[in-house]
Amino acid sequence: MAKIRMKVPGNVKAGDIITIKSLISHRMESGQRKDPDTGKLIPRQIIDKFTAKFDGEIFFESDWQGSVAANPFIAFTFKAEKSGEIELTWHDENGEVYSKKGPLTVG
Amino acid sequence: MKRVGLEILDRRQFVVASGAGALALLVAGLPGAAKGANGKFEDTLKKLIGDAVPAEGTMISLKLPEVAENGNSVALGVSVESPMSADDHVKAVHILSEGNPVPMTASYRFTVQSGRAEVSSRIRLAQSQNVFALAEMSDGRLYMTKALVKVTVGGCGAA
Repeated sequence: MAKIRMKVPGNVKAGDIITIKSLISHRMESGQRKDPDTGKLIPRQIIDKFTAKFDGEIFFESDWQGSVAANPFIAFTFKAEKSGEIELTWHDENGEVYSKKGPLTVG
Repeated sequence: MKRVGLEILDRRQFVVASGAGALALLVAGLPGAAKGANGKFEDTLKKLIGDAVPAEGTMISLKLPEVAENGNSVALGVSVESPMSADDHVKAVHILSEGNPVPMTASYRFTVQSGRAEVSSRIRLAQSQNVFALAEMSDGRLYMTKALVKVTVGGCGAA
Protein backbone atom coordinates (compact mmCIF):
# COMPACT_ATOMS: atom_id res chain seq x y z
CA MET A 1 0.00 0.00 0.00
CA ALA A 2 1.30 3.29 -1.00
CA LYS A 3 2.21 5.79 1.67
CA ILE A 4 0.53 9.14 1.16
CA ARG A 5 1.17 12.58 2.56
CA MET A 6 -1.17 15.48 1.95
CA LYS A 7 -0.80 19.02 3.19
CA VAL A 8 -3.76 21.40 3.14
CA PRO A 9 -2.97 24.79 4.68
CA GLY A 10 -4.78 26.04 7.75
CA ASN A 11 -5.84 29.58 8.56
CA VAL A 12 -7.65 30.00 5.26
CA LYS A 13 -10.02 32.87 4.51
CA ALA A 14 -12.76 32.82 1.87
CA GLY A 15 -11.33 33.82 -1.50
CA ASP A 16 -7.77 32.70 -0.66
CA ILE A 17 -5.95 30.72 -3.30
CA ILE A 18 -4.25 27.94 -1.39
CA THR A 19 -1.55 25.48 -2.43
CA ILE A 20 -2.17 21.82 -1.68
CA LYS A 21 0.89 19.58 -1.60
CA SER A 22 1.00 15.83 -1.80
CA LEU A 23 3.44 12.98 -1.98
CA ILE A 24 2.82 9.30 -2.61
CA SER A 25 5.30 6.45 -2.36
CA HIS A 26 5.42 4.68 -5.71
CA ARG A 27 8.26 3.40 -7.88
CA MET A 28 6.81 4.83 -11.10
CA GLU A 29 8.57 2.04 -12.98
CA SER A 30 9.03 3.69 -16.37
CA GLY A 31 9.37 0.56 -18.51
CA GLN A 32 12.71 1.90 -19.77
CA ARG A 33 14.88 0.28 -17.12
CA LYS A 34 16.64 -3.03 -17.58
CA ASP A 35 16.97 -5.66 -14.89
CA PRO A 36 20.74 -5.76 -14.28
CA ASP A 37 20.68 -9.57 -13.80
CA THR A 38 18.56 -10.67 -16.76
CA GLY A 39 19.10 -7.71 -19.11
CA LYS A 40 15.35 -7.67 -19.74
CA LEU A 41 13.22 -4.54 -19.53
CA ILE A 42 11.35 -4.22 -16.26
CA PRO A 43 7.64 -3.85 -17.20
CA ARG A 44 6.12 -0.41 -16.82
CA GLN A 45 4.00 0.20 -13.76
CA ILE A 46 3.06 3.76 -13.04
CA ILE A 47 0.35 5.92 -11.59
CA ASP A 48 -1.14 7.45 -14.72
CA LYS A 49 -3.88 9.62 -13.29
CA PHE A 50 -4.25 11.95 -10.36
CA THR A 51 -7.38 13.84 -9.36
CA ALA A 52 -8.19 16.41 -6.71
CA LYS A 53 -11.76 16.98 -5.58
CA PHE A 54 -13.49 19.43 -3.31
CA ASP A 55 -16.73 18.07 -1.84
CA GLY A 56 -16.80 15.43 -4.57
CA GLU A 57 -16.17 17.77 -7.51
CA ILE A 58 -12.94 17.58 -9.49
CA PHE A 59 -11.08 20.90 -9.61
CA PHE A 60 -7.67 19.67 -10.77
CA GLU A 61 -6.44 16.56 -12.49
CA SER A 62 -3.29 15.30 -14.08
CA ASP A 63 -2.17 12.57 -16.47
CA TRP A 64 1.26 11.13 -15.83
CA GLN A 65 3.73 9.20 -17.93
CA GLY A 66 6.87 7.27 -17.04
CA SER A 67 8.83 10.53 -16.99
CA VAL A 68 7.21 11.55 -13.72
CA ALA A 69 9.77 10.89 -10.99
CA ALA A 70 9.39 8.07 -8.45
CA ASN A 71 7.41 8.93 -5.31
CA PRO A 72 5.42 11.56 -7.19
CA PHE A 73 5.19 14.96 -5.59
CA ILE A 74 2.59 17.38 -6.79
CA ALA A 75 1.56 20.82 -5.59
CA PHE A 76 -1.39 22.69 -7.09
CA THR A 77 -3.82 25.45 -6.18
CA PHE A 78 -7.42 25.77 -5.12
CA LYS A 79 -9.62 28.80 -4.64
CA ALA A 80 -11.12 28.31 -1.20
CA GLU A 81 -14.59 29.68 -0.66
CA LYS A 82 -16.03 27.52 2.10
CA SER A 83 -15.10 24.67 4.36
CA GLY A 84 -15.35 21.19 2.96
CA GLU A 85 -13.48 18.05 2.12
CA ILE A 86 -10.43 17.70 -0.12
CA GLU A 87 -9.98 14.26 -1.65
CA LEU A 88 -6.95 13.22 -3.66
CA THR A 89 -6.96 10.07 -5.78
CA TRP A 90 -4.13 8.30 -7.57
CA HIS A 91 -4.92 5.67 -10.21
CA ASP A 92 -2.32 2.96 -10.69
CA GLU A 93 -2.10 1.33 -14.10
CA ASN A 94 -2.53 -2.02 -12.37
CA GLY A 95 -6.06 -0.99 -11.40
CA GLU A 96 -5.32 -0.06 -7.81
CA VAL A 97 -6.67 3.25 -6.56
CA TYR A 98 -5.10 5.10 -3.66
CA SER A 99 -6.81 8.02 -1.99
CA LYS A 100 -6.56 10.46 0.86
CA LYS A 101 -9.16 12.78 2.32
CA GLY A 102 -8.76 15.75 4.58
CA PRO A 103 -10.72 18.75 5.75
CA LEU A 104 -10.36 22.27 4.44
CA THR A 105 -11.45 24.77 7.04
CA VAL A 106 -12.28 28.26 5.86
CA GLY A 107 -12.63 30.71 8.74
CA MET B 1 7.50 24.81 -35.43
CA LYS B 2 9.90 23.94 -38.24
CA ARG B 3 12.65 25.81 -36.48
CA VAL B 4 12.14 23.76 -33.34
CA GLY B 5 12.28 20.60 -35.39
CA LEU B 6 15.64 21.51 -36.81
CA GLU B 7 17.01 22.16 -33.38
CA ILE B 8 15.91 18.71 -32.30
CA LEU B 9 17.62 17.13 -35.26
CA ASP B 10 20.84 18.97 -34.53
CA ARG B 11 20.82 18.02 -30.91
CA ARG B 12 20.01 14.39 -31.65
CA GLN B 13 22.79 14.19 -34.16
CA PHE B 14 25.08 15.53 -31.52
CA VAL B 15 23.91 12.84 -29.12
CA VAL B 16 24.44 10.20 -31.76
CA ALA B 17 27.89 11.58 -32.52
CA SER B 18 28.75 11.23 -28.87
CA GLY B 19 27.97 7.54 -29.12
CA ALA B 20 24.65 7.38 -27.28
CA GLY B 21 23.17 4.58 -29.36
CA ALA B 22 24.24 2.50 -32.32
CA LEU B 23 20.64 1.96 -33.41
CA ALA B 24 19.89 5.67 -33.38
CA LEU B 25 23.00 6.19 -35.48
CA LEU B 26 21.82 3.58 -37.92
CA VAL B 27 18.32 5.00 -38.28
CA ALA B 28 19.40 8.63 -38.28
CA GLY B 29 21.94 7.80 -40.95
CA LEU B 30 19.25 6.71 -43.40
CA PRO B 31 17.93 9.54 -45.56
CA GLY B 32 14.27 10.20 -44.93
CA ALA B 33 14.27 8.20 -41.71
CA ALA B 34 14.72 11.28 -39.56
CA LYS B 35 11.02 11.37 -38.69
CA GLY B 36 11.09 7.94 -37.08
CA ALA B 37 14.33 8.46 -35.24
CA ASN B 38 14.04 12.08 -34.28
CA GLY B 39 10.41 12.98 -34.67
CA LYS B 40 9.05 11.57 -31.41
CA PHE B 41 8.64 15.01 -29.90
CA GLU B 42 6.95 16.32 -33.03
CA ASP B 43 4.68 13.29 -33.18
CA THR B 44 3.70 13.81 -29.55
CA LEU B 45 2.97 17.47 -30.17
CA LYS B 46 0.94 16.60 -33.24
CA LYS B 47 -1.12 14.13 -31.23
CA LEU B 48 -1.93 16.90 -28.79
CA ILE B 49 -2.69 19.81 -31.10
CA GLY B 50 -2.69 18.53 -34.68
CA ASP B 51 -1.24 21.04 -37.10
CA ALA B 52 -1.93 24.05 -34.90
CA VAL B 53 1.08 26.28 -34.25
CA PRO B 54 1.31 27.54 -30.68
CA ALA B 55 2.23 31.17 -30.08
CA GLU B 56 5.29 32.18 -28.06
CA GLY B 57 4.43 31.44 -24.44
CA THR B 58 5.54 34.69 -22.86
CA MET B 59 2.94 34.42 -20.08
CA ILE B 60 4.15 30.93 -19.15
CA SER B 61 6.71 30.67 -16.42
CA LEU B 62 8.53 27.35 -16.68
CA LYS B 63 10.96 26.76 -13.86
CA LEU B 64 13.57 24.05 -14.15
CA PRO B 65 17.18 23.97 -13.00
CA GLU B 66 19.74 24.95 -15.63
CA VAL B 67 21.83 22.02 -14.46
CA ALA B 68 20.24 18.90 -13.00
CA GLU B 69 22.74 16.64 -11.30
CA ASN B 70 20.32 13.75 -11.04
CA GLY B 71 18.01 13.19 -14.00
CA ASN B 72 15.88 10.85 -11.92
CA SER B 73 14.32 13.72 -10.04
CA VAL B 74 14.25 17.19 -11.52
CA ALA B 75 12.12 19.87 -9.88
CA LEU B 76 9.57 21.35 -12.27
CA GLY B 77 7.42 24.40 -11.66
CA VAL B 78 5.03 25.86 -14.17
CA SER B 79 2.52 28.66 -13.99
CA VAL B 80 0.52 30.55 -16.57
CA GLU B 81 -0.78 34.09 -16.14
CA SER B 82 -4.54 34.03 -16.52
CA PRO B 83 -7.61 35.59 -14.92
CA MET B 84 -8.91 32.01 -14.44
CA SER B 85 -12.48 33.20 -15.03
CA ALA B 86 -15.27 31.13 -16.55
CA ASP B 87 -14.71 32.56 -20.03
CA ASP B 88 -10.93 33.03 -19.86
CA HIS B 89 -8.89 30.39 -18.11
CA VAL B 90 -6.12 27.91 -18.67
CA LYS B 91 -7.59 24.50 -19.44
CA ALA B 92 -4.40 22.50 -19.47
CA VAL B 93 -0.64 22.61 -19.42
CA HIS B 94 1.26 19.77 -21.07
CA ILE B 95 4.90 19.00 -20.34
CA LEU B 96 6.98 17.42 -23.10
CA SER B 97 10.58 16.35 -22.69
CA GLU B 98 12.00 16.16 -26.20
CA GLY B 99 15.01 14.01 -25.32
CA ASN B 100 13.19 11.34 -23.30
CA PRO B 101 12.32 7.93 -24.80
CA VAL B 102 8.68 8.94 -24.26
CA PRO B 103 8.51 12.74 -24.65
CA MET B 104 4.98 13.06 -23.18
CA THR B 105 5.64 13.70 -19.51
CA ALA B 106 2.52 15.05 -17.82
CA SER B 107 -0.69 16.96 -18.47
CA TYR B 108 -2.19 19.21 -15.83
CA ARG B 109 -5.87 20.12 -16.18
CA PHE B 110 -7.18 23.15 -14.38
CA THR B 111 -10.61 24.57 -13.65
CA VAL B 112 -11.82 28.01 -12.61
CA GLN B 113 -11.82 26.64 -9.08
CA SER B 114 -8.03 26.12 -9.34
CA GLY B 115 -7.71 29.87 -8.81
CA ARG B 116 -4.35 29.89 -10.59
CA ALA B 117 -2.80 27.75 -13.30
CA GLU B 118 0.16 26.73 -11.24
CA VAL B 119 1.69 23.39 -10.45
CA SER B 120 4.95 21.90 -9.28
CA SER B 121 6.24 18.36 -9.50
CA ARG B 122 9.37 16.32 -10.16
CA ILE B 123 10.23 14.70 -13.46
CA ARG B 124 12.81 12.38 -15.00
CA LEU B 125 15.14 13.53 -17.75
CA ALA B 126 17.14 10.90 -19.62
CA GLN B 127 19.72 13.40 -20.88
CA SER B 128 20.34 17.10 -21.43
CA GLN B 129 17.41 18.48 -23.39
CA ASN B 130 14.70 21.06 -23.91
CA VAL B 131 11.59 20.68 -21.80
CA PHE B 132 8.47 22.28 -23.28
CA ALA B 133 5.35 23.60 -21.58
CA LEU B 134 2.30 23.87 -23.84
CA ALA B 135 -0.64 25.84 -22.46
CA GLU B 136 -4.16 25.29 -23.75
CA MET B 137 -6.58 28.13 -23.06
CA SER B 138 -10.36 27.89 -22.61
CA ASP B 139 -10.91 29.61 -25.98
CA GLY B 140 -8.55 27.22 -27.76
CA ARG B 141 -5.49 29.49 -27.93
CA LEU B 142 -2.20 27.65 -27.59
CA TYR B 143 1.07 28.91 -26.19
CA MET B 144 4.38 27.18 -25.77
CA THR B 145 7.68 27.84 -24.12
CA LYS B 146 10.77 25.78 -23.39
CA ALA B 147 13.65 25.50 -20.98
CA LEU B 148 17.00 23.86 -21.57
CA VAL B 149 18.21 21.55 -18.83
CA LYS B 150 21.71 20.13 -18.69
CA VAL B 151 21.59 16.73 -17.06
CA THR B 152 24.71 15.35 -15.40
CA VAL B 153 23.45 11.82 -14.69
CA GLY B 154 20.47 10.75 -16.79
CA GLY B 155 17.24 9.31 -15.40
CA CYS B 156 14.94 6.70 -17.03
CA GLY B 157 17.31 4.02 -18.29
CA ALA B 158 19.81 4.54 -15.51
CA ALA B 159 19.29 2.20 -12.57
